[in-house]
Amino acid sequence: MDDLRTKYLEAIAGAGDEAAIEDLRVQAVGKKGEISLKMRELGKMAPEERQVAGPALNALKDEINAALAAKKAALADAALDARLKDEWLDVTLPSRTRPAGSVHPVSQVTEEVTAIFADMGFAVAEGPQIESDWHNFDALNIPDHHPARGEMDTFYMHRAEGDNRPPHVLRTHTSPVQIRAMELRGAPLRVICPGRVYRSDYDQTHTPMFHQIEGLAIDRDISMANLKWCLEEFAAAFFEVDKIEVRFRASHFPFTEPSAEIDFRCSWEGGQLKLGEGDDWLEAGGSGMVHPKVLEAGGIDPSQWQGFAFGLGIDRLAMLKYGIPDLRAFFESDLRWLRHYGFLGLDQPTTHGGLSR
Amino acid sequence: MKFTLSWLKDHLETEADVAEIGETLTDLGLEVEGISNPAERLGAFTIGKVISAEKHPDADRLSVCQVATDQGEKQIICGAPNARAGITVVVAHPGTYIPGIDTTIQVGKIRGVESHGMMCSEREMELSDEHDGIIELPSGEVGDRFVDWLAAHDPAKADPVIEIAITPNRQDALGVHGIARDLAARGLGRLKPLEIAPVPGSFESPITVTIDETLKTGGCPHFTGRVIRGVKNGPSPQWLQDRLKAIGLRPISALVDITNFVTYDQNRPLHVFDADIVQGNLRVHPATGGETILALDEKEYTFAPGMMAISDENGAESIAGIMGGAHSGCTEDTVTVFLESAYWDPVTIARTGRALKINSDARYRFERGVDPAHTLPGLEAATRMILDLCGGEASEVVQDGAPVDLSRAYRLDTDHVQSLVGMTIPADEQRRTLESLGFTLSGDMASPPSWRHDVLGAADLVEEVARIASLTKLEAKPMPRMSTGVSRPVLTPLQRREQIARRTAAGLGYNECVTYSFIDARSAALFSGGTDETRLENPISSEMSHMRPAVLPGLLQAAAKNQARGFMDLALFEVGPAFHGGEPQEQHLQLCGLLVGRTGPKDVHGAARPVDLYDAKADAEAILSAIGAPAKAQILRGAREWWHPGRHGMICLGPKKVLAVFGEVHPRVLEAMDVKGPAVGFTIWPEEIPAARNSQSTRPALHLNDLQAVERDYAFVVDADVEAINVANAAAGADKVLIETVRVFDEFVGGALGGDKKSLAITVRMQPTEKTLTEGDIEAVSAKIVEKVGKATGGVLRG
Repeated sequence: MDDLRTKYLEAIAGAGDEAAIEDLRVQAVGKKGEISLKMRELGKMAPEERQVAGPALNALKDEINAALAAKKAALADAALDARLKDEWLDVTLPSRTRPAGSVHPVSQVTEEVTAIFADMGFAVAEGPQIESDWHNFDALNIPDHHPARGEMDTFYMHRAEGDNRPPHVLRTHTSPVQIRAMELRGAPLRVICPGRVYRSDYDQTHTPMFHQIEGLAIDRDISMANLKWCLEEFAAAFFEVDKIEVRFRASHFPFTEPSAEIDFRCSWEGGQLKLGEGDDWLEAGGSGMVHPKVLEAGGIDPSQWQGFAFGLGIDRLAMLKYGIPDLRAFFESDLRWLRHYGFLGLDQPTTHGGLSR
Repeated sequence: MKFTLSWLKDHLETEADVAEIGETLTDLGLEVEGISNPAERLGAFTIGKVISAEKHPDADRLSVCQVATDQGEKQIICGAPNARAGITVVVAHPGTYIPGIDTTIQVGKIRGVESHGMMCSEREMELSDEHDGIIELPSGEVGDRFVDWLAAHDPAKADPVIEIAITPNRQDALGVHGIARDLAARGLGRLKPLEIAPVPGSFESPITVTIDETLKTGGCPHFTGRVIRGVKNGPSPQWLQDRLKAIGLRPISALVDITNFVTYDQNRPLHVFDADIVQGNLRVHPATGGETILALDEKEYTFAPGMMAISDENGAESIAGIMGGAHSGCTEDTVTVFLESAYWDPVTIARTGRALKINSDARYRFERGVDPAHTLPGLEAATRMILDLCGGEASEVVQDGAPVDLSRAYRLDTDHVQSLVGMTIPADEQRRTLESLGFTLSGDMASPPSWRHDVLGAADLVEEVARIASLTKLEAKPMPRMSTGVSRPVLTPLQRREQIARRTAAGLGYNECVTYSFIDARSAALFSGGTDETRLENPISSEMSHMRPAVLPGLLQAAAKNQARGFMDLALFEVGPAFHGGEPQEQHLQLCGLLVGRTGPKDVHGAARPVDLYDAKADAEAILSAIGAPAKAQILRGAREWWHPGRHGMICLGPKKVLAVFGEVHPRVLEAMDVKGPAVGFTIWPEEIPAARNSQSTRPALHLNDLQAVERDYAFVVDADVEAINVANAAAGADKVLIETVRVFDEFVGGALGGDKKSLAITVRMQPTEKTLTEGDIEAVSAKIVEKVGKATGGVLRG
């Protein structure tokens, strides 16, 4: 039996391929294989003899089966190794391209601003861009003869002959949305109104269309000091620094009283803007307490309610935060610009996750 | 508004320096736009003396000068013809910035000889245009600062010029006196009162004036004037010329310069007529329309009804309150003048000025509203100046009408500053502030002064008090939330939808553009726009003449521009408004995507291919799905003419509810807009998507089935114009319970089938719910599918 064992184990070890293994299996443990035949002979043996030979034959059979399986696996491994040796790809070839989209900075910054003011309870109000003369001017305490009208570089819509209404305008600011929001929602009220505005001006720093965001808060007990806090909170959150000091400078807007220009503390060291430090001031927008006449125009009783309003430039905020040099390029759709200054679709700004990364 | 420091000091007694004055003005709301301070500009220039000057060895026109300076004797090469020994000069040492030539002087060699500085001309220091030679000072010690010498000997040239922006409400600050009043109220000095002594008339004015009754209660409530005879017009004195030049006005003649001076000094515009040319008396009257006048700017204007004229027997001599006529204007030879000081209604002046497009100092002031009480005092002040500078004698004053009474009073609630602004200012300080601004207080009522047209309510009193106290000092105060606890969402469903749509499009590989809302007429017309309803009356250019009827044309223009830059494969999108009319409500939101060229650059994998409408369809469907559009929508044809007629589809809920369109852009549109195809795109109307029917967050229960699903493929031969969706829908209808999905997976046109036939292959997935399907069950369903498809489309199972 030892001979048998030696014979087959050696043969298995020397087998060169799967077919040789199969041959050996048939020869040794197949139905008519040498070991199978010997096992058939067990029946003819004396019980004592059988008690010795039986387990021995079984063990031999198991051993040969194991050797066959091991050899088979080894051969398969070797064959795979051999195949893998030939399977070589140039992994430096470029991958299949996936288009990379982007979100425009105006949209991104609008959402950033929205996220900040939403946290302070401001909803988002909207209004038409072709606006009635009344909403854009009169309701905001800018009557027909007011010099501010002439300074606004207003775009007027064509009026058909026989239609004697004053021509509609392209809204020169987002302030008319204040009126529409008051008409629609009443007081108390907290809204921001982002959107496109239009002025007939085109040079290095002006485009005939740009974006503003208006803020309006109306309540019974709300003051300019709250407005200042609100803007300080906004500035720090938007520029993602601990604190930005806001300075109010007395000014005049027909729709607010008192009125103030908003400045953010900053430094311009080495041409690099840093907000919240330094001795310079960055003009950020206009603000003030809503004029009683404007409240009235919006259907809100100024003897019961008061509030503040402010306006900021979205494009300008985007330029300052992200270091975008030229306003005109915002609207030129140059693919290189869109890719360079754009944002990933998944970069949705939130106050809990951060506005930018 | 420009003025000089010395001019301000005529009205304000102050120790403050120009920097402090500047900061205070800005803080008061009179924003400083610039301060031109010679002391800063010229601080480094010192006085020197030329010891010797010799001809440069290698240049005929240059001299080599030895100059005594505060830093010792220096060698300076100079090209001025007057450079010579003995003269006192102004020296700039190396390192000094020379404003007139925008250069910082360095030690250098000029034709081989070293030069250590520069001797300057007036122009090089921006003192004047004088550049015939270097300055020769009549006095001055070597080493003294040149600005100190200037301040002592030629103060006008050392006078800082301040320019401020005037907001429309602050007409009172259009005169230097008014600016001084604000500064004094802040405590920066003491306001010197205007002391105007009336000039008694020595004869009766040969010219009288009447205001038409209709204007007395409207356009011209008050007109004053007088004749001054025997004047000698000519150049005005140097100090007056200096003042006017400093603020950018050109001195003309004494008479004109005086009117300009009073305009800027006291915000009191005046006009002088040559009285020898005026025929008869003057009449202020409404224009009937059609009268013409050659104005002082030498342009001819035609009056329209509603405008006001000042006429004599010859006709109109002045566009009232805006600009005088050339005919009766003063010249060097004028010896008799009629001086006018009148009050004009701001609204009439604003409308007239706008209509005639005249921007004059007079219009600018009258339309903002001058002080009605200063009409006569202004006349007296100017009379005095004319007599002083031009001689002559004044007649008695003639006038019609009376100063318009704008007196009014508002209750001063001293707590209001606290409640509205949030500043604590003692009541007596508030009262003192108002009084120093000219308000009259009587009990708790405050009457604004006649020069403050802008104060029209109690809130204005608060504004004045807070402004003078300084808003810079306002301390921020936290604003409580509207409700306690976690903040609630603020966006409307449509706003959310817009955000999600935008970010989905970006995620699908599109670059977001923001293009102008206005577009050229031709492009608009291609998209059924460009009509008069959406036309701008005053477009900034013909490229931006109409409100865009759709977003797509803007994207096509963007594509064309990018193609011109060599970027041929594009995926662009924009979310924004489109305008279907010219009324405020005729605006709707569109999300438009555009694919141009190939799906990507050519690549080793051969993956890139030209874009086709199924790309656009997939992206439109993905965005629709993301923003909650129903999964089951119809695909119809018949969209607008800018789509390829056979290669587009509308994603609809019924024939009238179009959620989106996708397809190829019409080749004619591409050609007209200069875009090289292929170009496919889609437009989604987010507002059209119905709101979710239930607002509950729970999902329907999920029923999972453990029985094995079976998939079977069928290929049908159908007519070439049969739409795949009809085959799929018919198959799905064969057993609505058992059939889970039907998917078209192959289309084969032509070949052995012939040109008018095609083969469509579908996979049907059957999901049993009660028992495993037997082959017999499947056969039964298959037969039904074949029957249904045959009935619906005429299709037969492909052999």
